[in-house]
Amino acid sequence: MTPSVTQLQRQLEALTPSNHTYRERGQLALGVPAIDEQLKGGLPLAHLHEAYAAEVSDMAASSGFAAALAQRLTAQKHPKENRPVVWIRQTMSESEMGRLYPHGLCAIGLDPARLITVHVHKPIHLLSAGLEAVRCASLGAVLIEAWGDPKELDLTATRRLALAAEQSGITPLLLRAATQEQPSTAFTRWQVRSAPSRALDANAPGYPTFDLTLLRNKAGTHGRSWRVEWHHDLGQFRSIEDQFDIARQGKQASYKPHLGEQVRDESLPGKPVSGAVVPFSARQPAAAAERRTGTG
Amino acid sequence: MAVSPQAVALGLLPGMTLADARARVPDLTAIDMDRPADSAWLERMADFCNRYTPLVALDGTDGVILDITGCAHLFGGEVALRNDMHERCTKAGMEMVSAIAATPDTARALARFGGGAIVETGQEPGAVDALPVGAIGMSNETALALNRAGLVTIGDLTARPRAPLAARFGANIITNLSRALGEEDIAITPRRPLPPCTVERRFAEPIGREDDVLATIEHLIEEAAKRLEKSGQGGTSFEASLFRTDGAVRRLTVETSLPTRKAAPLMRLFRERIDTLADPLDPGFGYDLLRLSVHASAPFTQAQTSLDSHDMEDEEVAALIDTLSTRLGKQAVQRFVSAQTHIPERAAYQVHAKEYPSKQTTQSLDMPDLHWARPNADDPPSRPIHLFEHPQRIEALAQIPDGPPRQFRWRRVLHEVARAEGPERIAPEWWRTDDASLTRDYYRLEDSQGRRFWVFREGLYAEETQHPGWFVHGLFA
Repeated sequence: MTPSVTQLQRQLEALTPSNHTYRERGQLALGVPAIDEQLKGGLPLAHLHEAYAAEVSDMAASSGFAAALAQRLTAQKHPKENRPVVWIRQTMSESEMGRLYPHGLCAIGLDPARLITVHVHKPIHLLSAGLEAVRCASLGAVLIEAWGDPKELDLTATRRLALAAEQSGITPLLLRAATQEQPSTAFTRWQVRSAPSRALDANAPGYPTFDLTLLRNKAGTHGRSWRVEWHHDLGQFRSIEDQFDIARQGKQASYKPHLGEQVRDESLPGKPVSGAVVPFSARQPAAAAERRTGTG
Repeated sequence: MAVSPQAVALGLLPGMTLADARARVPDLTAIDMDRPADSAWLERMADFCNRYTPLVALDGTDGVILDITGCAHLFGGEVALRNDMHERCTKAGMEMVSAIAATPDTARALARFGGGAIVETGQEPGAVDALPVGAIGMSNETALALNRAGLVTIGDLTARPRAPLAARFGANIITNLSRALGEEDIAITPRRPLPPCTVERRFAEPIGREDDVLATIEHLIEEAAKRLEKSGQGGTSFEASLFRTDGAVRRLTVETSLPTRKAAPLMRLFRERIDTLADPLDPGFGYDLLRLSVHASAPFTQAQTSLDSHDMEDEEVAALIDTLSTRLGKQAVQRFVSAQTHIPERAAYQVHAKEYPSKQTTQSLDMPDLHWARPNADDPPSRPIHLFEHPQRIEALAQIPDGPPRQFRWRRVLHEVARAEGPERIAPEWWRTDDASLTRDYYRLEDSQGRRFWVFREGLYAEETQHPGWFVHGLFA
């Protein structure tokens, strides 16, 4: 693609009515100032957005990102109601990377009681079901998860989704995995990659952590990456660099040293070294219990 | 000729010609047989029998067969049910003979030829032995031929090897015999599958165009809606049966989440159904009968325009579920239900999305299945977002007896564990005797790339097994 074509596209995009009024239907802030600034306020509602799993093994991360967005979306748009969320998946994604686990979704903050899952075999059904769902204005969010690069999922198909979204006011999220970037009419496109979490006490894995890359942004520049954590209790993304530490400090004012502290400081390095591993007693699962008493 | 009890007392027999009877009893009162009235009466009898069971079938012109499986206890047992029935029939001025047995054929033979009885399961051969061979259902010629061969009772037949009987008198009598003996059970074909509402339209000239068929279905829906309205019901399951002139029958079923009487959304579903048929409608020479049955209905209150728009939203979501279920099948559109168990793969299951209501109703109704335990606010998720239906085996290097893995190989990729938490011990459910699984110790792991896994070791080292296996069961976000 030559620069001149890109410029022409920009001009065209600037001429389309949706671009002038993209903020009219409201925006969904992610809660991370740096990202929201880049998006000029947040993800515009009633527009199609895309999230690519960086690799197949990042599909759990992209699912988590999608669930978090869906949670924020319904919480912001319809805070009083428990609006249903429709998640359409291909059976291929299920067999490759597992089924959605409601207890895990609940732990992320997405209430499974309001989730309607749709399983389809063929990509064409994925799109027709997705279109049907996006047209239903009573939903809280619609997640469409495609596997690979089906030929049906082309520019026209995404255009249809985008138009339906504009009409109904639903903000669909198209999840893609096992494919390279494909042309689409999405307003923003994200790449989601799992990132090392900030360890909790006793070197336990921390909150869901993602590396988000903004691959496309109709409202401004793109190409930047952020490492964010998802806090289900706050219903917010937090940038690892700044926000989190401040929030954490407040909580740790009442922190008392205890046994778990010692275990973490002295005996459990980031990577276990032969012979220096503290055995977790099965009768007394130290890490889990202590962390709860410590910070809870 | 049928005869009254008084006539029998005078020596007349059913089946005599009127002339013969008149010859014996000159002042005989004869009334013309009215078959339509008889069959109408039998239909009413059958309707009456619906009191006892929904499964009623007509047997010939003068009998009904009831499937009372699972119904007898409602009337205090089989004896009480039979007595009740006799009492009511006697009150109505009827005489009846009845039998109860495990299979319809045994009961029929006993009722028609044995004077009625109640036979326990397993006692059939003894009960029917003494009956004449005609009791098992055969033509008069066959019965006569059997009699000539010296086979008078069913007992005589059972004593014979069956193959020669079949060879001489046809395989039918062997089938009928084994049914009468209770060796073979058949389900009766109920007179009606009990749709609360059925409307149909017959055509003198068969119709063939899809538009005509759909237009007719729409008319039928409107007709059915009027009937449903009278009873304050709305249908949730509609079946259109298309009877082709050559006898083939095509059935189209659509279901709705919310009871409805409106034609427009139903027609949309019927169109959707016709579009998704694996083999398209082939009208052949046309359909001469269209029937619409409402198989399931539920109380339906006339929709009011309420101040809040919740009802309309619920309706829209229900319509979406209906459309997707019709297009993709019911098993494709699901909702999660939690189960009371700690075994992760059993702790939730999925049901069709319409089985559970979604919004306000779930809060007012006490539905523990829909309550999901929220994790502690400060803890990261303790359950993965993706769960493998079948845990996937990994090669793990871990400290014994119960340390977390230091590295593991999954799908041929080596993962170095950077962070670990655990174990969380989940013991098998000892009350499930069929469950031979071992204790699982679950660990939350994070590899050096930042991917989070839920792995478990199956079996306690040295207590349950010497070589515990490692599995990855889920993936965290």
